[in-house]
Amino acid sequence: MTAEPDPRDEIAEHLPSLRAFAMSLTRNSAAADDLVQETILKAWSKFDKFQPGTNLRAWLFTIQRNTFYSERRKRKREVPDPDGHFSRNLSEKPAHDARLAFGDFMTAFDSLSPEHREVLVLVGAEGFSYEEAAETMGVAIGTVKSRANRARVRLAELLNLGDGENVLAEVDGATLAVVNRGEASAA
Amino acid sequence: MYQGRHPVTPDKKKNKVRDEIDANLKRVYSDALNEQVPDKLKDLLEELRRKEQQK
Repeated sequence: MTAEPDPRDEIAEHLPSLRAFAMSLTRNSAAADDLVQETILKAWSKFDKFQPGTNLRAWLFTIQRNTFYSERRKRKREVPDPDGHFSRNLSEKPAHDARLAFGDFMTAFDSLSPEHREVLVLVGAEGFSYEEAAETMGVAIGTVKSRANRARVRLAELLNLGDGENVLAEVDGATLAVVNRGEASAA
Repeated sequence: MYQGRHPVTPDKKKNKVRDEIDANLKRVYSDALNEQVPDKLKDLLEELRRKEQQK
């Protein structure tokens, strides 16, 4: 006699991703561990809300980022404490020709807002579709696209890669207008 | 001289910058993915499962 497979057993498979995503949000290992722990507890207690057959990772990521942002709102005044990269300075030399130094990239990445790190990691590294990212972040697909573009522009600026527009591939006029408006209103 | 939307550098450079950003982004994330998941997180899942079975 075999027991029904419990889909909760699959949560363990997503631990490395959950922790990597938590690191992207917090940039601090201790805070990332706490965030994953909180996420596991919440996911477990409301697992009946999970629709079997849908994307469990995206569901867990949604819980995790919502937890992160609500905690962050609670202690808005605390200064973030990334693992050491924060205090490191960017090299003066623009990286036009040389390969981008990874340390410089880490420093720039750390100084992005969590919202920008989040969108870049979801669509640029974790491989979420715009649809999955939109659902995870609880925003429209267009918002995901424009936020990702803004985040790239910001990164390019921080890395002295010149005109941020240089990194805007796949951008049509409409999206670019949204991006520019967004910048103007400091969104 | 203002060069506006027609920079000296062609699309090649634009793509190179973007590719480098993407490659670095993937590296930041995969470095984090490859970090050992702390035992306390695995233990927490185990404990939740054990409690569930006792119900």
